[in-house]
Formats: sequence, structure tokens, C-alpha cells
Amino acid sequence: MYERGWRRTLTLALFLGPSLLGMVLFVMGPILASLGLAFARWDLLTPPEFVGLANFRALWADPEFWRALRHTFGFLLGYIPLVMLCGLGAALVLNARIPGRDFFRAVYFLPVVTAWVAVALVWKWLLNPGYGLVNHLLGLVGLQGPGWLFDPNWAMPAVILTSVWKDTGFVMAILLAGLQNIPREYYEAAAIDGAGGAARLRYVTLPLLAPALYFALTLSLINSFQVFDQVYVMTGGGPAGATTVLVERIVKNAFSYSQMGYAAAMSWFLFALIFLSSWALTRLQRRAL
Amino acid sequence: MRKLWVVLVFVLLANGLARTTINYFSFTTDQNHVKDLEALIAAFEKENPDLEIRYTTAPFDSYFTKLQTNLAAGSAPDVFELNYENFVTFASRGTLLSLDPFLRQDTSLNNAFYPAALSAFRQNNIQYGLPITFSTVVLFYNKDLFDKAGVAYPNANWTWKDVLSAAQKISNPAQRVWGVYQPVQFWEFYKVARQAGGGLQVGPRVQIDTPANREALRYLVDKVRLKVMPSDAEMSGVSNEDMFLGGQLGMLYSGIWMFDKFSQAKFKWDIAVEPGGIRKATHFFSNAAVISRTTKHAEAAFKWVKFLAASPATVKTRIDRAWELPALSLAQRALFDAYLKRPLPANREAVFDSLRYAITPPVVENQSQLQDIINQELEAARLGTKTPEQALADAQRRVEALLRR
Repeated sequence: MYERGWRRTLTLALFLGPSLLGMVLFVMGPILASLGLAFARWDLLTPPEFVGLANFRALWADPEFWRALRHTFGFLLGYIPLVMLCGLGAALVLNARIPGRDFFRAVYFLPVVTAWVAVALVWKWLLNPGYGLVNHLLGLVGLQGPGWLFDPNWAMPAVILTSVWKDTGFVMAILLAGLQNIPREYYEAAAIDGAGGAARLRYVTLPLLAPALYFALTLSLINSFQVFDQVYVMTGGGPAGATTVLVERIVKNAFSYSQMGYAAAMSWFLFALIFLSSWALTRLQRRAL
Repeated sequence: MRKLWVVLVFVLLANGLARTTINYFSFTTDQNHVKDLEALIAAFEKENPDLEIRYTTAPFDSYFTKLQTNLAAGSAPDVFELNYENFVTFASRGTLLSLDPFLRQDTSLNNAFYPAALSAFRQNNIQYGLPITFSTVVLFYNKDLFDKAGVAYPNANWTWKDVLSAAQKISNPAQRVWGVYQPVQFWEFYKVARQAGGGLQVGPRVQIDTPANREALRYLVDKVRLKVMPSDAEMSGVSNEDMFLGGQLGMLYSGIWMFDKFSQAKFKWDIAVEPGGIRKATHFFSNAAVISRTTKHAEAAFKWVKFLAASPATVKTRIDRAWELPALSLAQRALFDAYLKRPLPANREAVFDSLRYAITPPVVENQSQLQDIINQELEAARLGTKTPEQALADAQRRVEALLRR
């Protein structure tokens, strides 16, 4: 077990080999291939052909791409503040000593581990303007609910609400862990100094929670750039193209339009976008803390 | 005893080695017809003991992804199905085997097919596929709702005006009953544009935004505005076919593939040739079996294609099991007798009468992108976020940009 030298290397290689092989063949390989494809035209039927930067130039000139990018940012701007606030609220409440705390923690986390397709289908039904529960409840308090997924103006808000519902538990779990790492003594000291609940939140909880908040924010940001499943199942990019997003465009171009090169170029653009924004967020965090 | 085993193993081995396997991809075989396909395969293998068919089915939505992946991976099925719209892409990329050498040898197929169906699968004068099925769209109508409103039943001479006036009399949105449903999408639009005297042109010159086409789109979207057709919110995700089956639609434009489903209706219904505008135009959909250019068993593959397209066993199975119609020449009327004699709907002749006005859709190499663009603009017009004029102008501009690429 504790040999040195080549025997040890061999043992390690033997144990790590299978998973490394899978990783290289099925993850790294395709990723590198897609980098090559981004500079090629490939329709899957005829061999790929090198076209230089043509795919990126086409991207720049493609109004469909810009529209999808706008929709993606629209999703991000609606989703991130809401999911962070809801997650923080849930974490604060469920960090306090209230009855049934463990039960509610599990309940709020349940949507996170539920498959997106199932969640999207249930919400599609809940938001149905004709026989859905949401509009029925709105009707009980005298409000005429919108057409949600059938209305170009309401489809994206509906997708955002569903995503917030699903991901609140995820943000909550990260923040709960962060909250539990704050030593109790700080609160006691603050209380002795006469700090009320609001002051304790502002001057003790939030500053000490900042690393967890940044972590949750970064993950949510990455997730929202990659928004796809919910859009694909709930609206398919409709109505009238009101909810097309980047990943949906990538899938469309790759598998419906047979433009693998163009789709690969779009994927790498998305990668750059995610990389740069996460990097900027990390810099911001270092400066702030 | 041991000897017997050895002999048995050898016989099996020899048998297995001698049999040629043909891989076949199908999207026209849905779950209701898998058993029928298996029966056809059994009949074929009985006729050709040296051949074995191994089939794979996939629903239309995922079929082409699967097929393209297999082609890209170099594991193309020997025989596969294509619909007319996708045929052009596959033929022009050189993925299909010419059937001409086989057709020159085998004269039994001369004049066997419905001419438009056969020529649909020819490109640059080379025959790449044999049509295996065809279908068309007709006007379905709920007789009970017509009787209740005191309106005469549709007939082959009806025009748009008759549809609208009947729909207005039948509609009663408060009771959740509407006069008519006609989808507003690519398929309906190119046909209705022709009925209006226009048409979609995407050849060298793009002609989408024309006066006749604008009139066609106004006719399509006006039905919602006039409240004779349910809006998306009113339908709430229930399909138009289910609404018709639920007795909520007076008239429905739909395909003859719905006969089976509608036979469970609790009201009397029938069909008519689709009403026209200033002229008549009807859909013509056809699917073909084609052979991959890379197949190692071209002869055997052609046998299977021919069997699928024109064998008496296939024709009988398709008609008896209500599994689309074989695309055979109508001169062989006797073949279709069984089809015409089936009880519902009574006016089955309308299916064949429709073929007189059949048109085919415009097809380009980037077909699915073209359809997505046009569908998006039509949807915007239907939802009222754009006027029909705006929508067509945008469609024209976007399709021009697409074809320039």
C-alpha cells in the first residue's frame, strides 16, 4: 500500500485510470473538439470545413443571437435578486430556533433535487390560464391573472418565478452553512453593546456571511447564464420567440439547423461570458472583503 | 447426443452467417403500429429467408437528430425514411443512393406510384426514394353543431366566406364552442397564400411579403379577432384535435391521420375538400424510404424499400390498420376499395378529390430554420404583437438574410 516509486505510480494509475479515461474521452475530448469546430462549418452530413472566424462574424451579425442574449440578461436581472433575497430570507428564518425547523429545511430543499422537467411540467399546469391554480387563486382575490406562458410579455416572468421557486432552497442551503459558521459570541457581544435585531443583521450577520453570499451569487450567475431546461420545457422559446435564450439557441443551431460550427462558436462565446463575469465577481469580492 | 449439438450449432452458425442484416430507421411507425411493422418484417423475411430487417423507430421530433448523428458517426442505417421537406437536404448533401439502376431493371414499378409523390423524391432527375405513404388535410366538421346552428354542411364548393359565415353562426364562446380552428403556422400559411392567389417563394428570389399573402395572413388571424376561433389562452394548452373531439369546434382543418382518433367522437362528423379562396389548394404530404449511399447491401436494401412502398402486404396492412395511405397510383382504385368502404368518415372520396388541388411546400436546404422564422412571425401576428403586414415584412427580411448566408 505504501510503496514508493513506479509501483506506487502504477497503483495510482490503475485506480485513477478508468475515471480519467472517461473524463478525457467524453468530457475533455468533446470540449477541445468544439473549440476546433467553432472555426469550421459542419452540417453533420459532409466533412467539416475550416472557415476561420466566419462563425464569430455571423454571430455578431445575427439579430436572433442578440435577442437571445437580451432575453438571457433579462432572465438574469429578474432571477438573481429574487433568488438571493428569497434564499437569504429562508436561511435566516430557518436558522432561528423555530418548531419544525428540520422539516422546513427539507421542504425548501426538495425542489432543488427535483428534476427540472418535472418541475417545469407542474408549473406549466399551475400557470395555465384556463384551469391553473395560480390564476384561480388570483381570481379569488379579485385579480384577473395574465396569460402567463401564452402571453409574450408574461412568459419570461413566469419562467423567472418558476426558477426562483426551484432554486431558493439551493441558495438557502449555502447561506445556512454560512450562518452556522458565525460564532454565537459575536451576537452576544453585540447584544451586550445594545444592538437590536436589525443592527445585528446589518453589522454582524451580513459582513460575516459575505463569503457565502458571494459564493451563492457566483453559482446563481453561472446557472442563469446557462438557463435552458425550464425554457425548453415550458415555452420552447415562444410565444413568438419571446423567451429564446443562449443555450436554447445553441441546441437549436446544433441539432435542428445542423450548424454545429456556429453552435460551437456560440458555446465558446457563452463560456467567455461566464468566465469573465465570474472573474469580475471574484475581483469584486477580494476588494470588498 | 453430443454430435447432434455440434450439428445444430453449425446449422445455426451457417444460417446466421448467410443472412444479410438491413438496418432500417422509421419515424412513421408510432407506438400504435410497431406490431404492424413487425408483421410486415416477418412477411418480408419469409419471402427473403436470406435477409433480416433490424428496425429502429423514433418520433418525428427526435428522429432527425438521431439520423444525423448516425450519419456523422459513419453508422448510417441501410434504409431510412425521409419526409418531403427534409429530403432535399439529404439528397443535396450526397447521402442518398440513386435508385435509377434498380428501377431500370425492375419495370414492375412503372406507373405504380402516385405521380406527384414519386416526383417529390427526385432531384436533378435522379430518383432517390420511393414514396411509402401520403396524406392530406381536409375540413372536418361536427354535424351536430351545424344542425344546431341551422347551417348547411360544407361541400367541395365552399370558399373562405362560407367558412366565416358558418363559423359565426356556430360560435358561442360563452358555452366554450367556437366555429372553426385553423392553425396559424407555416404549413397552413403557404397553402392559404396559394388559395389567395399568392404563394411563398424562397427560390432565388424571396417573395413572402406580397399583397395576396398579406390577405391570406389577415384571413388566418382574423378568425381569432372575430372570436370564431379560440385564442391560445382560451384553449389553455388543450390541442385543437381534443377540442374537436370534445365537441367544442364546428370545423377543424386537420390531417386524414386523425380519422382513427375521431372515430371515438360522441357526435356525427364528416369531412369535405378544403374550402378555397379565389382558387383551391390542398396539402400534399409524403414520406419515402431511401437508401444510404454507404450501404454495403444495396440490392437487399432496395428489395426492402420496394416491399415497403408497393407490396400487396404493405398496402393491405396500411389500409386495414389505418396506418397512413400507400402512395400508389389512383389508377389502381381496387387497392383503395377497403379504405373507401370504412365507415367513418362517410365522405372518404374527399381524400382523393383533395389530391386534385395538391401543392407542395417551398423547400430550401436550411428548411427547419426557414420554418422557424416564418412560424415565429406568424405567431406574432396571431398574438397581435405585430400586424400581419409587419410580420410578413419581417419574415421577408429575415428569410432573405438567411438565404444570403
